[in-house]
Amino acid sequence: MAQTILKVEDIHKSYGKTEVIKGVSFKVKKGETKVIIGPSGTGKSTLLRCINQLDYLDKGRVWLEDVEISKSPIDINQIRASIGFVFQSFNLFTHLTALDNVRIGPMRVKGMKEKEATKIALEELKRVGLEDKKDHYPAQLSGGQQQRVSIARALSMNPKLILFDEPTSALDPELIGEVLEVMSKLAKEGVTMIVVSHEMGFAHSVANDIIFMDGGIILEEGPPQQIFKNPKHERTAKFLSKITQLEGEKAK
Amino acid sequence: MEEKLIDKLLLIGKSVPSLLIGTLISIELALAFLGFGFVVGIPLAVGEVYGNKFVKYLTVLPIVEFFRSIPALVLLFLFYFGASSLNLNFSPFIAALLAMGFRSAAYQSQIFRGAIQSIDVGQMLAARSIGMSKFKAIRYIILPQALRISIPSWSNEYASVLKDTSLVYALGITELMRQGRYIVARTFGNAILVYVVCALIYFLVVHFGVKLLDFLEERYKIPGYEIKKVTTRA
Repeated sequence: MAQTILKVEDIHKSYGKTEVIKGVSFKVKKGETKVIIGPSGTGKSTLLRCINQLDYLDKGRVWLEDVEISKSPIDINQIRASIGFVFQSFNLFTHLTALDNVRIGPMRVKGMKEKEATKIALEELKRVGLEDKKDHYPAQLSGGQQQRVSIARALSMNPKLILFDEPTSALDPELIGEVLEVMSKLAKEGVTMIVVSHEMGFAHSVANDIIFMDGGIILEEGPPQQIFKNPKHERTAKFLSKITQLEGEKAK
Repeated sequence: MEEKLIDKLLLIGKSVPSLLIGTLISIELALAFLGFGFVVGIPLAVGEVYGNKFVKYLTVLPIVEFFRSIPALVLLFLFYFGASSLNLNFSPFIAALLAMGFRSAAYQSQIFRGAIQSIDVGQMLAARSIGMSKFKAIRYIILPQALRISIPSWSNEYASVLKDTSLVYALGITELMRQGRYIVARTFGNAILVYVVCALIYFLVVHFGVKLLDFLEERYKIPGYEIKKVTTRA
């Protein structure tokens, strides 16, 4: 029985009077890849932001391993340092080279010496296949390369888990593959990940577990075979058929 | 006629040393005002963008509004004579530094605020997501980008402050303008000539300072984020 890395219990989140998340609970085990799917506007991205408190949650509790991180007082910076976050729009630091983007965390957050941080950064850049781009600035990289650098930036902090917020949604179709490839590799290596994604192929082949969210709640959760072959809810089946239909049309 | 011209040239020649001493004082004053304005302007800008309501509305904005709304010469007199009426004995230099330094801080804070606010919010989010405190994120991610963006507008501020040092002659500081006045007072009928030379000196100092800032802008540009050069006729 693998150790539980993250436990989320009854999270609620509202913006103004609109309740976006209406009570969500789940667990993530060490080494697991959990993919969250569902229609736009159901609070998937908000959920990720609430987990590492880039957004405040209104109600609910979150545990990272044995520590409740939704309870104050807690050093949220220390918590965030151990939870990686990969953004839809990459958000690489524009004034820093790829290498500096990756090593600034170890240096400025963990207080590592430059030499040690550089070694780690180069290893992580190699892991995402971009060692040769280390001196390039973000604007000199393609979208796919930028996203891979941002994955390396998350990895360099040696996080307990990484949250991916629609990591391929801002990419041109021909660049999506290289990012998904890196993510699949990480999943195989045992990196714990929560991925919000519309990439059904990736969800199907890489996820250990899929969460289908709709209307701010988890409608259904289970292994990919079950979700894709025998969804319990009609809503899930409808969503999946629509998505596959779209993908089919794209393929044409 | 020829004798007169030679006289004038001789006068300029004799005036140059004292005018250059005055120029040096003017440059020192400008650097002091700009330095003070920078050191105070950055926290003002950061406070305005990231501070709470108390910081923004009760500290930053009153300071900025006060120093932007009052003419420089009035500020100089307020600080110089105001201090002595409060039994504080400010030297003319200290009074000038406070008046013109805070004034520049007010203007510089608005340059930096605009630059900070032009940076994508994703930069702050990403910095916080790897565990940086707000302070570290501002120090290592936001300000390095904001300062680069600020250079072109800052060179405007540099030119203004340098030229405004001519006002402090009203407090008796012997900068370039006052040295010029001395020469005009000592000789007779040379006002235009002396002030033309002063104008030329101001022009050259501003010109080379702006060139230096242009160089810094080029040197520290972020690839892909250069100030766009207009290349088409559109």
